[in-house]
Amino acid sequence: MEYFVQQLINGVTLGSIYGLIALGYTMVYGIIGMINFAHGDIFMVGAFLALIAFVVLTSLGITAIPLALLLVLLIAMALTALYGWAVERVAYRPLRHSFRLAPLISAIGMSIVLQNFVQVAQGARVKPLPPLIEGGITLLDNGTFRVELSYVQILIVVTTVALMAVFTWLITRTRLGRDMRACEQDMRMTSLLGVNVDRTISLTFVFGAALAAVAGIMYLLYYGVVDFYMGFVAGVKAFTAAVLGGIGSLPGAMLGGLLIGLIETFWSAYFSIEYKDVAAFSILVIVLIFLPTGILGRPEVEKV
Amino acid sequence: MTDAATPSPPRFAFGAALKSAALSAVVALGLFGLMVGIRTETGPTGSLIYWTRFGDVALLVAAVFLGRFLRVLAFGDGPIRLQRLVPARWQEASAGGERFARLMPGRNLGGIFSIALLGFALVAPILFFNNRYALDLGILVLTYVMLGWGLNIVVGLAGLLDLGYVAFYAVGAYSYALLAQNFDLSFWVCLPLAGILAAFWGLILGFPVLRLRGDYLAIVTLAFGEIIRIVLLNWQNVTGGPNGISSIPRPSFFGIPFNNDDDGFAAVFGLDYSATHRIVFLFYLILMLALLTNWVTLRLRRLPIGRAWEALREDEIACRSLGINTTNTKLTAFAIGAMFGGFAGAFFATRQGFISPESFSFVESALILAIVVLGGMGSQLGVAIAAIVTIGGFELFREFAAYRMLVFGGAMVLIMVWRPRGLIGTRTPSVFLKQRKAIAGALVGEGRG
Amino acid sequence: MSAILTVSHLTMRFGGLVAVNNLSFAAQRGEITALIGPNGAGKTTVFNCVTGFYKPTSGMLELDGRDGATHLLERLPDFRIAREARVARTFQNIRLFPGMSLLENLMVAQHNPLMRASGFTVFGLLGLPWYRVAERDAIDRARYWLDRINLIDRADDPAGELPYGAQRRLEIARAMCTEPDLLCLDEPAAGLNARESAELDELLLFIRNEHKTSILLIEHDMSVVMKICDHIVVLDYGVKIAEGPPDHIRNDAKVIAAYLGVETDEVDAVEAEAGR
Repeated sequence: MEYFVQQLINGVTLGSIYGLIALGYTMVYGIIGMINFAHGDIFMVGAFLALIAFVVLTSLGITAIPLALLLVLLIAMALTALYGWAVERVAYRPLRHSFRLAPLISAIGMSIVLQNFVQVAQGARVKPLPPLIEGGITLLDNGTFRVELSYVQILIVVTTVALMAVFTWLITRTRLGRDMRACEQDMRMTSLLGVNVDRTISLTFVFGAALAAVAGIMYLLYYGVVDFYMGFVAGVKAFTAAVLGGIGSLPGAMLGGLLIGLIETFWSAYFSIEYKDVAAFSILVIVLIFLPTGILGRPEVEKV
Repeated sequence: MTDAATPSPPRFAFGAALKSAALSAVVALGLFGLMVGIRTETGPTGSLIYWTRFGDVALLVAAVFLGRFLRVLAFGDGPIRLQRLVPARWQEASAGGERFARLMPGRNLGGIFSIALLGFALVAPILFFNNRYALDLGILVLTYVMLGWGLNIVVGLAGLLDLGYVAFYAVGAYSYALLAQNFDLSFWVCLPLAGILAAFWGLILGFPVLRLRGDYLAIVTLAFGEIIRIVLLNWQNVTGGPNGISSIPRPSFFGIPFNNDDDGFAAVFGLDYSATHRIVFLFYLILMLALLTNWVTLRLRRLPIGRAWEALREDEIACRSLGINTTNTKLTAFAIGAMFGGFAGAFFATRQGFISPESFSFVESALILAIVVLGGMGSQLGVAIAAIVTIGGFELFREFAAYRMLVFGGAMVLIMVWRPRGLIGTRTPSVFLKQRKAIAGALVGEGRG
Repeated sequence: MSAILTVSHLTMRFGGLVAVNNLSFAAQRGEITALIGPNGAGKTTVFNCVTGFYKPTSGMLELDGRDGATHLLERLPDFRIAREARVARTFQNIRLFPGMSLLENLMVAQHNPLMRASGFTVFGLLGLPWYRVAERDAIDRARYWLDRINLIDRADDPAGELPYGAQRRLEIARAMCTEPDLLCLDEPAAGLNARESAELDELLLFIRNEHKTSILLIEHDMSVVMKICDHIVVLDYGVKIAEGPPDHIRNDAKVIAAYLGVETDEVDAVEAEAGR
C-alpha cells in the first residue's frame, strides 16, 4: 500500500513533466497539423539553458534559492521561446501549405541540428546539477517503508497545474486563443478575416517552447542531470502522450502525459524497468486500435 | 511566376536589409549568447565549472548579421530565386534550354542517367579494387539505396507514413544472425527466410494499425520500431542484449568460402588470395539485391496491386468505391516493403559479422525516410540519387564528428525548403496509350495514411 | 420489369439528427431513377447507405444482381458492395485520382478482374502471358470509354488537369469500367454548362440503353431530371413525399411546396424551368 502510494506520487510527477512537453506538441499539431519533431530537443535546450543560467547566477552571487529559481525560470523560458520561434521561422514557415512530409523531414533535420549544436556547444558529457531543493514531507510511515513527497515533486505538480490553468484561460478566453482556434479550423479564412496568421503560429511555437523550458527546468530539478540526447526519448514519450490523449486537445495532452508517466512508473516498480517504454508504447497502440483518435480527441468523421 | 519570367533588377533596399539583419543579429545573440558563450563542464570536484567564449558568440552573431544582410539585399524577404542573380540575357538562354529539355521526352534524360549510374556501379569494384574504403562506402550507399527503395513502396507508392521501417531491417538482420548461428544454415537459405520473417512482422504490425490515419499511423510505427529495439536490447539470452551478436557467418560464394585455404575462393578460381574478393562479392551481392528491389517495384507498379497502391495514395474513398479492399492493399504494401527491409538486414548482418541494437535506432528510420522524401516520393532514380548524396556526403565529412551531424541536419532542412517535393518531383504513369507524359508533382497525392 | 434495388424502411440517424426516416422505394432494372429534394433532404445519405459508406441505423437494402443473386447491402462493407453487388458510384465533389493519367484512372477501376488475371500479383510478376492479355483487354475497355466521353486525346494526361466538366465525365466512365449493375451518380450535372449538360444526358441514356445498366441519381438540375429520368423519388427532411414518373411529379403540389416554399410565383418559376 505504501509502496503503491509512493509510485503514484512518482508517476504523477513524471506525468506532469511529460504533460508539459505534450502541450507543445498538441498546440502545434492543432494549429498547423504537423508533428514538430524538434520539440523534444527544444525541451532539452530549455534544460541546458536553465543549467547554464543557474551556474552563471551562482557565480554572480545570487544564491537565494527562490530568487535564483525565479530568474532561471524567466531566462530559460525567454531564451527557449526564442529557439522555438527561430525553429519555426527557419524550418517550417517556408514550408507552410507545402507537401505534407516536407515539414516532417525538415523537423527531423532541425532535431538533429539542435542535438548536435548543443553537443558541440556544451560537450557530450552528462552534466550534473546538485540538488537545489531538498527535503520533503513524510506522508506515511509503517516502519519499513516511508512514503515521501518531496518539495520538488510538490513544486512540479503545482507548477504544472498552474500553467495548465493559465493556458486554458489563454486558449479559451483571450483574443490570441481565439485566433489560434480559428487558425485551427480554417487558416485561409482566418487570414481573410484580418488575423495575422504568421504571428499566431509563431506565438504558438513560442508558448510551446516556453512550456517545454519549464518542463526542462522541472526535469533538471527532479533528476539533477542533463545531456544533449535526453530530448529524443522525452520527446517521443511526450508525443505519445499527446496522441494518447487525442492530439490537438489540451486536456488530452495533460491526461496523456499523466497516463504515460503512471504506466511507466508502475511498470518499472512492479514488473521490469527495462520494458517500461515497451509498456508505454504498447498502451498507445492498444488505445489507438480501439479509439483511433485518442482518448479525448474528436472522432474523425469521414466525409464522403 | 511572372516574377521569374520577367526578372526585376535586384533592389538595393539598403536600409531595410540593414534593419532586418540587425534584428536577426539580436535573435542570434539571444540564441547563442548563453549556449555558446558559456561553456559548462563537470569540474574536478564533481561540481560544475564554466568558462566564457564570447569571441565565438561575436563571430556567430556577425555571421548571422552578414548572411541575413546579403540575403535581404539580394532577394528581399521572399523566396530565394537564384535567377535574380543571373543577368537577364543568360536567363533567356537557360530558359531555352529548359524548354528544349521539356520537348525531349523526360524519360530519356532520366533513363540515360540511370543507365550511366548502373554502368558505374557495375564497374566500380574493378575501378576501386585497391581502394577498400571506396568499396566499403559503395556497399554502404547501396544498402541505403535498397532500404530507400524498400521504404519507397510503403511511403512513396502507397502513401503510408512509416517511421519505424528500421524495425524490419532489424528483424532481417537478427533472423539471419540467429538462423545462421543456431541452425548452421547458409546465407542463401537464410536470405529468403529473413525476408519472409520481416514480411510476416510487417503483416502482424500492420494489421491492427492500418486503419489509423496519417500521423497516428506514423507514431504507432515509430512505437513499434522502438518496441522491437528495446526487446532486442533486453532479451539477453536470445539477442545478446546490448552486446549484440558477433561472429555471424560470413557469406560464401555459393558454398565456396572466401579464405586462404585450398578450397577457398581464390584457390578454386586460380586467383591470388586477396581479402578484397569478399568485399567485391559483397558489393555485387548488395547491388543485385538492390536491383531486385528496383525490378520488383517497377514491375509491381505496372500490375493492378501497384496501381491500387498509388490510387490509395491519391484517394482512399474513391478506391473503396471501385471495389478495392484497401486494408489488404495497404497490408501488401507494408509486407512487401518490410520484406525488402528484411533482405537488406540479412545482408547487413553478413557484411558486418556483428550486429547490436545500436544499429537499429530511430535515427536510421529517419535517415531512410529522409532519403525517400529527398529523392522525391515514388521516384526510383530520385531515391538512388538521394541515397548517394546523403550517405556519400555524410561520409565525406567523417572527420568533423559532431559538426558532421550538424551539417547533415541543416542540409536536410535546406533541401526541404529548397525542394519540398524532393529532387525528382514528377511521376511517370505506369501505362500509356500514345505517349508517356511526366505528371507534375503538385498534382500527385501524398497519402493520408 | 423487376426491381434492381429495393430500399425498405431505411432510417439513418446521426446522434439526434434523423437524416433519413423510414424511407422505402424501389429502382427498376434498366431505368433511370432520380432522387430529388431540397438541400439537406438526406439524398446523399441514402446514397452513402446504398454504397456502404454509412451503415444504416435500420432498414433493408436489397440488390438483385443480374446473376439472380440477392445482395443485402446493409450487411456488406463498401468495397464488397462495389465488387460483389456491382454497385458503382460517383461523388458530389469529384474524387478522381488527380496525379494519375486518365487511362490509369480507368485501369484502377478494373482492379478486381485484373487482380484475378494477374494471379493476385504472382503470375503478373513472373510476366505470364494471360495477364498481358487481360491487361490489353482492360486497356481496350478504357479506350472504349475514353472514346465515349470524348477524352481519348487526353488519355495520357493527369486527371487533375482536366476541366471540371471533363472530370465529371471521367468519373462516370471510371465507374462504368467496373461493369456495374447499378450506377449511382451524385449530382452529375452540378457545375456543368448547358452544352456539357446535354452531353451528359446523352451519355446517361447511352449507358441505360446500350449497357443495360440501371442508374440511380441525385440531381438538382430539373431539366436533366425531367428529360431523362423514368422514375422520380422526392425526399424532404429525410421523408419520402412523392414518387412516380416525371409527369406525375411535375404536377405534385407537395413537391412544389417542398422545393420552393409555398410562394406561388416561385412555383410558377419552377414550373417554367421544368418546361411546361
